[in-house]
Amino acid sequence: MKQVNQPISKLDGLNTTTGKPVYTDDLAVANALVVKILRSPHAYAKIKSIDTNKAEALSGVECVLTYKDVPNVRFTMAGQSYPEPSPYDRLILDQVVRYVGDEVAIVAAIDEKTALQAMKLIKVDYEILEPVLDFEHAEGHASVVHAEDNLEINFDIGMDRMNNIAASCDMGVGDVEKELAESAVVVEETYYTQAQAHAMMETYRAFTHLDHAGRLTVVSSTQIPFHVRRILSRALQIPKSNIKVVKPRIGGGFGGKQTASVEVFPAIVTLKTGKAAKLIYDRKETFSCTTSRHAMRIKVRMGADLEGNIKAIDMAALSDTGAYGEHCSTVFSVAGYKTLPLYNQAKATRYKGNVVYTNKMPAGALRGYGVTQGIFAMESAINQLAEKLQMDPAELRERNMIREGESNPILSGSKPGKPAVLASSTLDRCIARGKELIGWQEKYPRVESGGHKVRGVGMAITMQGSGIAGIDTASVVIKLNEEGFYTLLSSSTDMGTGSDTILAQMAAEVLETTIDKIIVYTADTDIIPYDTGSYASSTTYVTGNATIKAAEDMRRQIIETAATFMAVAVDEVEFNGKAVAALDGTKSMTIDQIAERLTMTMGEGKTQLIATGSFGGDTSPPPFIAGFAEVEVDKLTGKVEVIDYVAVIDCGTVINPKLARIQVEGGLVQGIGMALYEDVRYTDKGKMETNNFMQYKIPCREDISKITVAFESSYEPTGPFGAKSIGEVVINTPPPAIAHAVYNAVGVNVRSLPITPEKVLLGMINADKA
Amino acid sequence: MRIEVIVNNRKIEMDVENNEFLVDTLRRYGFNSVKRGCDTGNCGLCTVWVDEKPTLSCATLAVRAAGRHITTIEALQTEAKEVAEFLVAEGADQCGFCSPGFLMTVLAMKKELQNPTDEEIKHYLAGNLCRCTGYVGQLRAIKKYLGVA
Ligand code: FES
Ligand code: FES
Repeated sequence: MKQVNQPISKLDGLNTTTGKPVYTDDLAVANALVVKILRSPHAYAKIKSIDTNKAEALSGVECVLTYKDVPNVRFTMAGQSYPEPSPYDRLILDQVVRYVGDEVAIVAAIDEKTALQAMKLIKVDYEILEPVLDFEHAEGHASVVHAEDNLEINFDIGMDRMNNIAASCDMGVGDVEKELAESAVVVEETYYTQAQAHAMMETYRAFTHLDHAGRLTVVSSTQIPFHVRRILSRALQIPKSNIKVVKPRIGGGFGGKQTASVEVFPAIVTLKTGKAAKLIYDRKETFSCTTSRHAMRIKVRMGADLEGNIKAIDMAALSDTGAYGEHCSTVFSVAGYKTLPLYNQAKATRYKGNVVYTNKMPAGALRGYGVTQGIFAMESAINQLAEKLQMDPAELRERNMIREGESNPILSGSKPGKPAVLASSTLDRCIARGKELIGWQEKYPRVESGGHKVRGVGMAITMQGSGIAGIDTASVVIKLNEEGFYTLLSSSTDMGTGSDTILAQMAAEVLETTIDKIIVYTADTDIIPYDTGSYASSTTYVTGNATIKAAEDMRRQIIETAATFMAVAVDEVEFNGKAVAALDGTKSMTIDQIAERLTMTMGEGKTQLIATGSFGGDTSPPPFIAGFAEVEVDKLTGKVEVIDYVAVIDCGTVINPKLARIQVEGGLVQGIGMALYEDVRYTDKGKMETNNFMQYKIPCREDISKITVAFESSYEPTGPFGAKSIGEVVINTPPPAIAHAVYNAVGVNVRSLPITPEKVLLGMINADKA
Repeated sequence: MRIEVIVNNRKIEMDVENNEFLVDTLRRYGFNSVKRGCDTGNCGLCTVWVDEKPTLSCATLAVRAAGRHITTIEALQTEAKEVAEFLVAEGADQCGFCSPGFLMTVLAMKKELQNPTDEEIKHYLAGNLCRCTGYVGQLRAIKKYLGVA
């Protein structure tokens, strides 16, 4: 292959990197109204009265909106295919405010200074309510977070609103209790994963205006243009046909921009005033008024026989969705159904529990989408089981894990009575290679490094999906321009990952050309066909497959057209990317000539070649990773340093080795941050403490030493050129592998993330006492 | 208040508020390469040169820029492209939002440090956060650019 599996450079790399104005705020018109949001200082309150007169009277203020000015129709900001599983539980502005930072009023003014001044002039009188802050005590709490009766759900998600239960899940196979009772060894532990912030460098932002036809145009840093259009249509009660959403370059997303956190606010200003408006969240709002990863508690019970054959896995989970239910039921269920199939030898498995509402910032989609949480619990328990069995943890996994060709009833694509078959996996090779790369044989479990420092190694494995089976769809259009170059139109949303480039590579492979001959144009809901957007690790797999179909269609059209022009039968010509030639060597036309004759030659052309391809997967083939951590723990301080992190990945065919490698490195580092220090924390009044980079620490350059990445490619038969996904799976292994390494170094099992020096030190002190 | 600043070797008169930070002024005057990533001086996205020294423009009051030489990446396209080519070759160009500030620091480092070690490079660039790349790819690229790989 000439284009696929090649380290091709990103088509936008040089320009984004050297500071060209290609992001949302760079494109906003200079005189756009500045939109600011007045926010609730209380975790739970009802607005008794709100006086905006003084603010409205201030010169330069264009409008001040309160709950009295918005449609009384609840909606969700979650970017999901319709009908969304997320509850319609919010209004643009509500008389009830449900977390510190919840929106109270929208102010639009000619400049920021005026908008800020106006905010200070708004007088709000609150009736303060008792907030629900502890998610472990939310169920049945005296306060009900969503007491309103016009909340809507599209289908049953197990909501029990008056008990603060937003959603619930119960899945599994076999008789877990029986298998556990018959197990010779049982591990039973409870694990906590924290809320994590996306902390993408470009904060949330959108810019809106009315176009020449009076339609609402929204330029947004979003992963989900088509969902934004639908969300706005419902929230603002205007037809979808009156809305256009454009996505320029995005300064990072990580799932955060799979929730339409900001678009609705400037949009309503533009509708009310007829003027352009923009809203740019500062870092504090980005941390405290959008979404984070769902914090979860997962109790695992795992039973095995003495040989290490796993009999049963039971996961009882509880998830905190905060004040609104964006992605609440899906993140929750994914934590079960994308972790349980890993251990296919288990006779019985179960995943069960509730998602609760609390009066904190809503949770939402974040890279890993529940698997990260589930895997921390599952893999930590596996490591503990290995310890109990006195067995090498790699061997325990090899004995029990799912292998290529096996079937599992929880695996995506399964139907009742018809478990799906795992079509591709090299997880066994990933583990073997990872052991070599980290030096498992020599280093497991620990090496004293002299003095008060000790090194330990640990491991974890994981899977994810590639798009959402039966739901995600993508359509791609390719047109042949009037010279032999193409335009590829897609509404997938490259957020820096390089997915635009990868689509171009796939099209170029089929059309036997190079990516400089392919213009990739993304994303605009007016002119580009539907795509669910870039999330759920879908773009390479779902949009990639659509791209191949479109490119094959284009190829066929080129051959047919040229054959007609040359008056030769279709099966007597061949196309090599540059020209279509008759097999007998008598005639030939270059692609430039074909394109020219189609579009420009008088009397002969009249046919623009436009090809389309659509795809939606029946399965969501899982990529796999074996992750290995080597840490050094300072026994005096409890500080953990990651010396080396090895990840060996099976993402099927690697479409672009260098971009894939950076995806892995970036995801691992985000996972290391989650393992060691990232933590969204609140005061006992429910105010977020970690709303800046001083309080919420993400890894900096000096925190990261060695990262080792290797690929062990399987071939996924349903994948584009055999590829599976890579974007999310990469974040899952560091928390459990690092926890394991810390345990192997100093004998302390930290079961509540992040693994702070205090927890490690306290663990060592308690162990000494015991 | 009206100040005179030399931005990218051209004298510009700017109207600024007393409490306005340089990052916001520069963006207001169309120097869109300059990004803001935080409110606390922690991310490095807003890095420009003030009298040739890499400086956080979000922590510099615009009035303090009066009479100074400000350089943004718009004026250093040739040099920036040279660094960018190494980043792109490594695949370490992701969303790009951190890049202008990062490159301004890298270019300053090149002038300041001779044959730096990995630790010296990381230390010099420590104030420039990146959430996409995980840093190690950037380090590989920068070492090649500096000829110390
Ligand atoms: S904007 Fe973050 S340091 Fe200046
Ligand atoms: S490339 Fe996205 S933050 Fe650095």
